[in-house]
Amino acid sequence: MITYIIRRTLYAIPILIGVNITVFLLFFVISSPDQMAQRILGEKNITQSDVDNWKKQNGYHLPLWFNTKVSGTESFTQTIFFQKSVKLFFFDFGTSDSNNIDITAQISQRMWASLAIALPTFLVGVLVNITVSMIVAYYRATYVDFWGTILAVILMSVSMLFYIIGGQWVFGKILRLFPISGYDSGVDMLKFVILPVVIGIIGGVGTGIRFYRTIFLEEVNQDYVRTARAKGLSEAVVLFKHILKNAMIPILTNVVLVIPLLFMGSLVMEAFFAIPGLGGFTIEAIHAQDFAIVRSMVYIGSVLYIVGLLLTDISYTLVDPRIRLGSSAP
Amino acid sequence: MTRMKLLKLSGFRYYVLLTLVLFFVSCGVPNNPYPKSEHDQEIYYSTFSEEPKHFDPAISYSSDEYKFIQQIYEPPLQYHYLKRPYELVPLTAEGVPQPHYFDANGQELPSNAPAESVARAVYEVRIRPGIMYQQHPCFAKTEDGEWRYRNLTKSDVKGFDEIKDFSMAGTRELIAVDYVYQIKRMADPSVSCPILSTLKDYILGMEAYSAAIANEQKDAPFPGVEVVDRYTYRIVLKTKYPQFVYWLAMPFFSPMPQEAIDFYSQPAVAERNITIDRFPVGTGAYRIETLLAHKEIILVKNENFRVARYPSSGEPGDREVGLLDDAWEIVPFIPRVVYKLEKEYIPRWNKFLQGYYDTSGLSSDTFDSAVTFNDTGDPGTSGAMRAQGIVLRTSVEPTTRYLAFNMLDDTVGGYSVEKRKLRQAISIVLDYEEFIEIFINGRGVSSHSPVPPGIFGYQAGEIGMNSYVYNWDAVKQRPVRKSVEEARRLLAEAGYPGGQDSKGNPLIVSFDNAWNSAGATPILTWLRNKLEQLGITMDARTTDYNRFRDKVKNGNFQIISWGWHADYPDAENFLFLLYGPNSKVLHEGENAANYDNAEYNKLFEQMKNMENSPERLAIIREMNHLLQRDVPWVFTYHPVTFGLSHQWVKNSKPSSLGYGSLKYLRIDTGQRTENRQAWNQPVVWPLWVCIALLILGTIPAVITIWKRERGAS
Repeated sequence: MITYIIRRTLYAIPILIGVNITVFLLFFVISSPDQMAQRILGEKNITQSDVDNWKKQNGYHLPLWFNTKVSGTESFTQTIFFQKSVKLFFFDFGTSDSNNIDITAQISQRMWASLAIALPTFLVGVLVNITVSMIVAYYRATYVDFWGTILAVILMSVSMLFYIIGGQWVFGKILRLFPISGYDSGVDMLKFVILPVVIGIIGGVGTGIRFYRTIFLEEVNQDYVRTARAKGLSEAVVLFKHILKNAMIPILTNVVLVIPLLFMGSLVMEAFFAIPGLGGFTIEAIHAQDFAIVRSMVYIGSVLYIVGLLLTDISYTLVDPRIRLGSSAP
Repeated sequence: MTRMKLLKLSGFRYYVLLTLVLFFVSCGVPNNPYPKSEHDQEIYYSTFSEEPKHFDPAISYSSDEYKFIQQIYEPPLQYHYLKRPYELVPLTAEGVPQPHYFDANGQELPSNAPAESVARAVYEVRIRPGIMYQQHPCFAKTEDGEWRYRNLTKSDVKGFDEIKDFSMAGTRELIAVDYVYQIKRMADPSVSCPILSTLKDYILGMEAYSAAIANEQKDAPFPGVEVVDRYTYRIVLKTKYPQFVYWLAMPFFSPMPQEAIDFYSQPAVAERNITIDRFPVGTGAYRIETLLAHKEIILVKNENFRVARYPSSGEPGDREVGLLDDAWEIVPFIPRVVYKLEKEYIPRWNKFLQGYYDTSGLSSDTFDSAVTFNDTGDPGTSGAMRAQGIVLRTSVEPTTRYLAFNMLDDTVGGYSVEKRKLRQAISIVLDYEEFIEIFINGRGVSSHSPVPPGIFGYQAGEIGMNSYVYNWDAVKQRPVRKSVEEARRLLAEAGYPGGQDSKGNPLIVSFDNAWNSAGATPILTWLRNKLEQLGITMDARTTDYNRFRDKVKNGNFQIISWGWHADYPDAENFLFLLYGPNSKVLHEGENAANYDNAEYNKLFEQMKNMENSPERLAIIREMNHLLQRDVPWVFTYHPVTFGLSHQWVKNSKPSSLGYGSLKYLRIDTGQRTENRQAWNQPVVWPLWVCIALLILGTIPAVITIWKRERGAS
């Protein structure tokens, strides 16, 4: 397995280089260094000399890819791409372009807020989805299954924005049971977290039920289920012990991949609930054309995605002893 | 056995629900977002919607940031809190400095000397003695008199994130050197001061000093600014520029102690992200206690703040609404101010209605539920707002919005009579009174010139009316927009009868914009429909903001929508937007229409250096007339701010130029606590209904399981 992990880690390097180049290309196709500078300096009384000065102070006065004014390796190193992107591989994110704040410090400060919402939403959400799906599967071909499926389709058809605004209106404004928005640390965090978590779970339950129900129903008709029933096991034991265990591969594929990305936060949820997380951080940077933050967040997202894929593969070996990572098929 | 388990599970579920219900009941007001310790405290709660980027007064140039730093930094002057039109009054200065003019031989000239004869304009600012800085570690000294926090190493500041992590602090008196130091900082290219290029044109030697600093010549001379004595400094301009005094009320000209820069420049401190751009050092009424820009910013009263008093006079009507009840009282009234980041309007608005924010703005979404207009068209709060004791205050912003024609364009630009008539026709048909009603809920005043109400040079009534677009209704005593028929006649005279040229080709004009949101579609449709009344086809060219800016910069457009918020309350700061040498395309200036009329330019040069007087007013009127005739802009509207505040907020008066007004606000905490309690009692019965429904919904399922299990056995 160690060999497999090393190999996958090495595969990640060209992927991350590719991601870096793509982000760099996309960003500077949309926005030139001059436009970045203008956006950051503001609207009023800005002249080209102000723009040039800003670029010089922030290292954007260099050519994008290739510097013809110098020779040798400096032609490549004295460029915006090299100066700004290579440090990412060492997780040195530097400071933001718009106000020179330390990006690493910001990420480490904000990720906890994102996790405070995303982690319970994810964990409780998965539990709820699986449990409800199994109940629906248990009552397959009955009115519970029928109406459960219809309800799931309705739930998944509604926009998350509607759940958020509706949830704030009902629970925060009408019933006055939770603060409408806000965030705090420590124990006080609880009263701010409950509502977004509940809304997050409700918002995802429709899709979850439809997905997991399909998985469970596929397993229900397998031979081992028939055997278990023939042994006289109760339906609950068959479902929760045998079917659940055998359905773990598709469940893990769906679940483990998401875990590392929980750090990245949710834009809409964080904006409406005033959660100081990473979702808003990234979007604000895009609006402000802060390339330093954008490239850092995309890089972290890519790394986390690769880690998620690796964890998914590893988790297969835990639930299915037949799977051996790194060894070729006999 | 299974049945028992199920029953146990159900019991547990009900236990959890019951606990939740009891939790809500015991909490009293569970939706209160603030810690219990703050509930009865004298704290002002407000919001910010975007994270402030800069708190360095040499860099910051945004109203979102000014609302913080103007509580902390004190330039020598400020705007009177109550008086309108805006009036400059001293803040840290002894008085408003009067310029002394000198000719090329050093001979002093009278104040009305023509600008051409003025070679030097000298402003001497004397600040009041005894003003102290806030407590700050940059001033801290050891018992031996050595700086406590200099030459710090990484280990010295390990784990430090904020100023309050430094255990020692000190203060010192504000002196003239601090103001001079700040002006020199602005000249430093590495600081990236956004008004450097503007100031270089006025302050003597600033350009050369800036170039010298860029070449690391730290001791280069800067004759435009000098310390006269401990409390006096002098600024020398190379031209007559009466509006310069307004700049002295902006944060750019705040004092900066060199100790602060020395402290923040230490690599170990800067590496901890502790910088002057985040943690100001000021003499103002407040200082930053907590800076979590992604969540909240907390200001507390500056313990070293001098004795300052609430104004004793205002404009007519202020006394009647209680704005002078606190006259002569010592300010600030509120010891602690909490700003919360609220990016979305809906939660912010709902929390204001619950009493958790003390003031609020208004958006179109909630306008109709909050504001009603009486028979005379004056706005007031709706019944629901009045029931909550919410107070509405409005003020016209020193802002002008307009549609700019590109005067360099072959079709819509130019100065011939025909081209003027084409633009006049378009101006008439674009009915911005209708626009104000439909799209901004009446929150605007239709404009007849660039100068908004409240600024010297604005003239209401027939005398200020744009007679090329309006007729004066003598009965109603108000301007009435000319008819579409009149516009069609003008268009025909311009060579486009029925919207077609002499060859029968339809007249197509492009409207460049960066309005990418869905909300812009109705506005574009409105514009298109209005122009279609003349037979003109409008091509809306929507693009991203970067491309849009490039188009404006390069003059690659026909019509754009643009606006300007004043830096200072003087007509010059609006009329310069159409001064030829400020052309965006030709001179990188703010004249987006690229209008260049020699007569206008001459009048502008004459007007800009004059003190406010009837002569100046006459020139401004003449300039406005030229603009109304030539129509480089479609004058659209001046926005009106609608601000709501709860009844417990005292002394609230909107100001679009003076942001340092927090010290004048007062809160009736008892009234607020009482209202919050009354408005936010939890409603629990729907939870009981949900529990009952859950139980009822579970019963058939339990029965089914029980039957299945029994059948299986």
